[in-house]
Amino acid sequence: MIKFLLKGLFRDKSRSLLPLIVVAIGVMLAVFMRGYINGIMVDMIEQTARFNTGHVKVMTKAYSDNMSQAPNDLALTNVSELKKNLRNDFPDIEWVSRIKFGGLIDVPDENGETKSQGPAMGIGLDLFSPGSDEARRLNLERSLVRGSMPDSEGEVLLSEDFSRKLDTGPAKDVTLIGSTMNGGMAIFNFRVAGTVRFGNTGMDRGTVIADLQDVQHALNMDDAAGEILGLFDSGYYEDETAAPVVRKFEDKYTDENDEYAPVMLRLRDQEGLSIYVDMSKSMGFIITFIFIVAMSLVLWNAGLLGGLRRYGEIGIRLAIGEEKGHIYKTMIYESVMIGFAGTIIGTAFGLGLSWLMQTYGLDISEFTKNATTGVMMPDVVRARITPPDFYIGFIPGVLSTVTGTMLAGIGIYKRKTAQLFKELET
Amino acid sequence: MKKVIVILLSVFSVAAYAQPTADEIINRVDKNMSAENQVVESQMTIHGRRASRTITSVSYTVGDKKSFTEYLSPPREEGTKMLKLEDQLWIYSPTTDRIIQISGHMLRQSVMGSDLSYEDMMDDRKLTDVYSAELTGNEEIDGRQTWVLELEATVPDIAYASRKIWIDRERYVPLKEELFAKSGQLLKRSIMSDITRVDGRWYPMVIVYKDMMKQGEGTEFKITDIKFNQDIPEYIFSKAALKQ
Repeated sequence: MIKFLLKGLFRDKSRSLLPLIVVAIGVMLAVFMRGYINGIMVDMIEQTARFNTGHVKVMTKAYSDNMSQAPNDLALTNVSELKKNLRNDFPDIEWVSRIKFGGLIDVPDENGETKSQGPAMGIGLDLFSPGSDEARRLNLERSLVRGSMPDSEGEVLLSEDFSRKLDTGPAKDVTLIGSTMNGGMAIFNFRVAGTVRFGNTGMDRGTVIADLQDVQHALNMDDAAGEILGLFDSGYYEDETAAPVVRKFEDKYTDENDEYAPVMLRLRDQEGLSIYVDMSKSMGFIITFIFIVAMSLVLWNAGLLGGLRRYGEIGIRLAIGEEKGHIYKTMIYESVMIGFAGTIIGTAFGLGLSWLMQTYGLDISEFTKNATTGVMMPDVVRARITPPDFYIGFIPGVLSTVTGTMLAGIGIYKRKTAQLFKELET
Repeated sequence: MKKVIVILLSVFSVAAYAQPTADEIINRVDKNMSAENQVVESQMTIHGRRASRTITSVSYTVGDKKSFTEYLSPPREEGTKMLKLEDQLWIYSPTTDRIIQISGHMLRQSVMGSDLSYEDMMDDRKLTDVYSAELTGNEEIDGRQTWVLELEATVPDIAYASRKIWIDRERYVPLKEELFAKSGQLLKRSIMSDITRVDGRWYPMVIVYKDMMKQGEGTEFKITDIKFNQDIPEYIFSKAALKQ
C-alpha cells in the first residue's frame, strides 16, 4: 500500500508539493534558528567563562564566599603545586591562574606628581609564558585600539575609554595603588603598552590587564592566585562534564574545616549563570514547540484545501465502498511520508545554513562597539550545530503534517453516504 | 530629722553641682588629646584573617592642619611617607619614586590594610570644633567609672555623623568610642587602654580599632613614644621632604 500511496504522491504533485514545501521551509527555519540561538547563548556563556568564571573555578572557600569582592588576602597559595596536581587529576582540562584586583590608577605629570587618577578593576593573567593561550582566549589582540600587546614585564593594557579619561596612552607610565595580599599598601609602576575595547560598559569604564607575574610581584602574591580557572578541552561548558569533575575534586581537595582549602564551583554556580545555561538547553525545545504549532496551523489549512480539491475523489472512494477509516488512514500515511521527505530536505538546508553561520559567523562588532550591555557579547556571532539538530526537525516536520492532516481529515467522517450520488451527479 | 534631710539634700546638691556638663567634659578631653604639636613613634599591628603584621612609624603633627608620617618597617613599607596639609594628602612610595595624591573616595580606603582609613588619620580636629555633646549616662569599664556622651556632628565635612564616647571620669580620657554613619549604622569601634601620664596630661598609649565592616580582629595602635610641644622644623611639611 505504501508503494501505491507513494506513486499517488509522485504523480499528483498538487497533493504533495505544497505540504512538502511548507514542511521543508518550516524545518529548515527550525533547525537553523535552533543552531543560531544555541550558538549565541553558548557564545555568551563561553565568553563569560573565558573572562571570568572558567567552566569550573578553583578558589579558597573563604575567597568563594566573597568572590564578587575579589579578596586577594584570601587567595590560594602554593598555586604551582596545586595546578600540577590538577593537571594530573584532570588532564582534559586546561588550568589557568588569574588574579582579579581593584585599585587606583594614577597618571603622573612631567614632575612625577598626580595628574589624574581613577578607580580600576584589574585582571592578572599569563601573557608571557611560552604556549600561554590567555591573550587569544580574551581576544585581546583583536580588541586593541591603540598601541600593541605587552611584550615585556611591567607593561599593561588599559581599556580605551579609561585611558582617554585619564589622558594617558601607549608608552606612558601609570601607577597602580592597591592592596597587597597581606593587606599592605601596593604601589607599583606600569607602562601602558596599548589600549583595548571590550564592548562591555563595566569593563570599558576602567580595566587594567597585566601579566600574572607582574601582578603577583605588585601585590606581594608570590606563587598565589585568587582563582584558577578550568577550561574544558571541548571548548564548551556542559553540566554533565562539570559535575563528575567537581565530585572528584571535592573528594580529594575540599576540607570543610579549613577555610583556605580549595573549593571548586561550576560555571552555572557563578554569577547567576544557571539561568543562561538552562535557557540554552531549553531553547531548542521552545523553538521546536513554536514551529510545531505554527506549521500545524499552516498544514491544517493546506490539508483543508487539499480536502476540498480532493472532495470528489474521496466521494468516489466512499461511493465505491471504501471505509471512511481506511481513507483517513491512507491520508495520514501520505502525510507521514510527506513529513519525512520535507523534514529531510528542510534539515539538510537548515544544517547547511547553520554550518555556514558556524564556520564564517556574522560580524556584529560594528553594532557592539558602543554597546551598553551588561553581558559579554562576542564580536562575531556564530551558530552551533549539536547532535539534536540532526533529528530535532522530525518532531515539528512529521508531527505538524500529521496533525494538520488529522484535523483536515475529520471532514471525511462528516460525509453522508446517502448524499454522495447526489453530489456526484452535480 | 529635719537636720539630716537638710544635710542630705545639701550633699546631693553639691554632688549634682559637681557633675560637669557635656561640653566641659569634651573640653577637658580635648585638652588631653590635642596639642599644639606632637611627635609620636608607634607600632601598628594589623590582625588580618590570615596573619598579623606590625608596621612602625614616626609622625609629626602640628595642630589639626599639618602632619607628616614616615614608615620605618617592615622592609616593604620602609621609606613610605605621608604628608597632610590642610585637607590634602600625599603619599610617597620609594619603590616607585612617585608622589601620589590621595583624594575623593580613596580617602575612605584603609591605611596599610589597617582598620583605619586615610580620613581617620587626617581628621585631627578637636571634638568641640565639630561635634555637639550630650551626657547620656554613666557606665563602668574595666573598673573605671565613665561618663557616656553622645556626640552629633555640627559640620558637614565629617566622616562620622555621630559618636558615642565613654570618658574616664577621673582622667578625662576616652576609654571606648563608637563611630556611626548618618544612617545610624555602627562603622567603627575603638578601645583605649594603658592610660599614661605624659607631660602633665593623660593619654591612651594603646588603641584597638575595629572596622565593623571588615572581618579580622582589628588593628592595635601602640604608642611607643610621644612628645608634646617639640620644635618641629617647618620643611618637614613640604612635598620636597617626601622624597628626602
